Amino acid sequence: MSEYNLEAPGLEAGEEAPGDESVETAGGERRHFLVSVSALLAGTLAILAPIGAAVVTLLDPLRRGQARGDMLLVARTSAIPEDGSPRKFTVTADRTDAWAKYEDSPVGAVYLRRSGDEVHALNVVCPHAGCFVGIAQDRSRFSCPCHRSSFDLDGVVNDPTSPSPRDMDALDVEVRNGDEVWIRFQNFLPGRSEKTPV
Amino acid sequence: MRGILNWLDNRTGYRALLRGVLYERIPGGARWRYIWGSTLVFAMVVQLITGLVLWSAYSANAQGAWESVWFIQNQMTGGWLLRGIHHYMAQVTIVLLVLHLMQVLIDGAYQAPREVNFWFGLVLLQLVLGLSLTGYLLPWDQKGYWATKVATSIASMTPVVGPGLQQLLVGGSEYGHLTLTRFFVLHAGILPAGVALLIVGHIYLFRRHGVTTPKNAREKPAGYFWPEQVLKDGVASLIVMAAVLGLVLWSGGAHLGAPADPAEPYAAARPEWYFLFLFQWLKYFPAGWEVIGAQVIPGLVLALVAAMPVIGGWKYGHRFNLGVATALLAGIVMLTWQARVQDSADPEFVEAQAEAEVMARRSAELAAASSGIPVEGGLAMLRADPLTQGPRVFEANCSQCHRFQGHDGLGGQPADPPAASDLAGFGTRAWLAGLLDPERVATDEYFGATEHVRGRMSRFVQRGVARFTPEVRSELEKVIMAVSAEGSLPGQVEQDALQQAEIEEGRALISSEEINCTRCHTFRDQTEGDVGPILTGWGSREWMLGMLHDPTEDRFYGEDNDRMPSFGAEKLLTEAEMGLVVDWLRGDWVSQDNDGH
Repeated sequence: MSEYNLEAPGLEAGEEAPGDESVETAGGERRHFLVSVSALLAGTLAILAPIGAAVVTLLDPLRRGQARGDMLLVARTSAIPEDGSPRKFTVTADRTDAWAKYEDSPVGAVYLRRSGDEVHALNVVCPHAGCFVGIAQDRSRFSCPCHRSSFDLDGVVNDPTSPSPRDMDALDVEVRNGDEVWIRFQNFLPGRSEKTPV
Repeated sequence: MRGILNWLDNRTGYRALLRGVLYERIPGGARWRYIWGSTLVFAMVVQLITGLVLWSAYSANAQGAWESVWFIQNQMTGGWLLRGIHHYMAQVTIVLLVLHLMQVLIDGAYQAPREVNFWFGLVLLQLVLGLSLTGYLLPWDQKGYWATKVATSIASMTPVVGPGLQQLLVGGSEYGHLTLTRFFVLHAGILPAGVALLIVGHIYLFRRHGVTTPKNAREKPAGYFWPEQVLKDGVASLIVMAAVLGLVLWSGGAHLGAPADPAEPYAAARPEWYFLFLFQWLKYFPAGWEVIGAQVIPGLVLALVAAMPVIGGWKYGHRFNLGVATALLAGIVMLTWQARVQDSADPEFVEAQAEAEVMARRSAELAAASSGIPVEGGLAMLRADPLTQGPRVFEANCSQCHRFQGHDGLGGQPADPPAASDLAGFGTRAWLAGLLDPERVATDEYFGATEHVRGRMSRFVQRGVARFTPEVRSELEKVIMAVSAEGSLPGQVEQDALQQAEIEEGRALISSEEINCTRCHTFRDQTEGDVGPILTGWGSREWMLGMLHDPTEDRFYGEDNDRMPSFGAEKLLTEAEMGLVVDWLRGDWVSQDNDGH
């Protein structure tokens, strides 16, 4: 087994590694600067392509996934209590999740209420932080189980300490063919006073 | 051997490296108070080992995440232990981090020249919290799903970039496959890489400045990292591991809830306990102040902690820092305690938690049955389960008139009194015997609240059956057996098979002079009139689905139908929903007793 001096590869013992002393002349200084800039440039250019491709792909969700806000059939009027109390209905729709297409799969839920011939729809998602708003046990109001947002049965904030920045999100409703309840199902950004569709 | 090692040292210089690593000089000698950093490194190594193997069986997509975690937890040998260690070590890590941070503050180890290392530590703390947050979603159960929704909602509140940030995190506008792939790459790729890099930097800087020795240690002789301090670190790591194993054994392993369902409320959604203080904190910010509570104040607090090395250089600065740290810790403990107290005093939360546990157990039971998890995934499996979904359909669509054991199917009490029969046990001998009981037919359990209370059936029971001789009564019992056997109820088929002879007798007796059901009802090939519902196949799945579909058909109530909607014909319910409620009423569902249904 031969012993090698591996401290400074390629150099004879006693020889100094290149440093500031080796660029004493003006020409040497310029050359050093140009080589340094070129080295940085070459390295940066080389790494730009993969970083660029990575960033573009990572940002892809920004240009897709806008909710369409289609009208969906969710119930028949006869299934909604006549006394005006709210009832929860699952909203199903055909949807695409990335590569997969789902037929008639649950996308959310709504509370439907009747007042006379009119039907009102509220998205169950709390406008505060996105939890699923429930009906209080005495059925007199809506109450969010997470941070205690409270709404009356029309979905209006009914408590000054309620953390929700806006009323529950009302959805467009159309009654078609006599008894079909169609709604424009949309989710909205939580935590802000205005309704901004997601 | 020695020759080979010499050669290796010449080519790699490993001896010098080892010497440097192991023979670190410790002024004042090894101490127990220096163990915290090492236990954290140990915890990270445990997470790396367990995490990599979990990864080898985990599938990050919306129809594979819950399913693969269920498989790891319940089917793979040792899977529950592996996942349990990963789960509880994550929690113990948070405790160790806080202890480490507090010790650094108390010992003044954050002051010059160790400022940069303190900042490295703060970033490490945030990366570890990020690991916890992303890891919570990966099992894709109700708990993780709804708790993480709150977290990404908070991200969306960030001024200007919020909505975009949320969309990038979630991988679109709704939770789905890409949410999991993105959280997974954060959890298993980006964040661990950041932790590894920073730990290397943290230890390098720590070695550069050495341990911060307490005053009373300076007179004592110096010691070395190897083996004195390593022994103490090793014992400490052993204790940490024992504590984690104890937690895993005591709890039976990490919990797995029911599969995530965007349409099913989860009132028990709470973050992990170490985030509970933030959860509680948010309750105190009224409308319009969410961003202040969720982002601005936590950000300022973090900035203050980051400024501690600078503040520590001022007069009384160290004391100020200690005061701030103590106050923060006390505040966090208090908020956590408040959250716990409020939740346990809230009957709705307690009930929601119990309900969540029922669904979790049922999901695991369904997955373990021979029918297993369908390719559509665990959520589709649970949504097709009559035992848990039937009562929901019943409560929403049937309980306005009918009852189930006196309640609405889910244990609640509808506002209005019943307007139709109680359907618990419909099709069984007991149910039929009640209907044919002169004392009971006109009660709310049966026809009491319906038009039929004045009908021919009620009259027959109250006048005819009431006068039956004991002999005819025993014949009627056989008729009840025969009609009830038409339903082939899963809970009764065995008994029916044993009493085939009595059932045959009953089939003949049904048109006897006294009993004579067939005067009004059709039973198999015997009929005189077609007034009441057909008794052929009475209580069978087909019969009940037909009744739900359209009770006004001639074979059911025809014109005599009393308010019962035609759920199928009028498209009030889907075929699947009607199937769920019928199967539930018939007691026809997958269970461990009748596995393979």
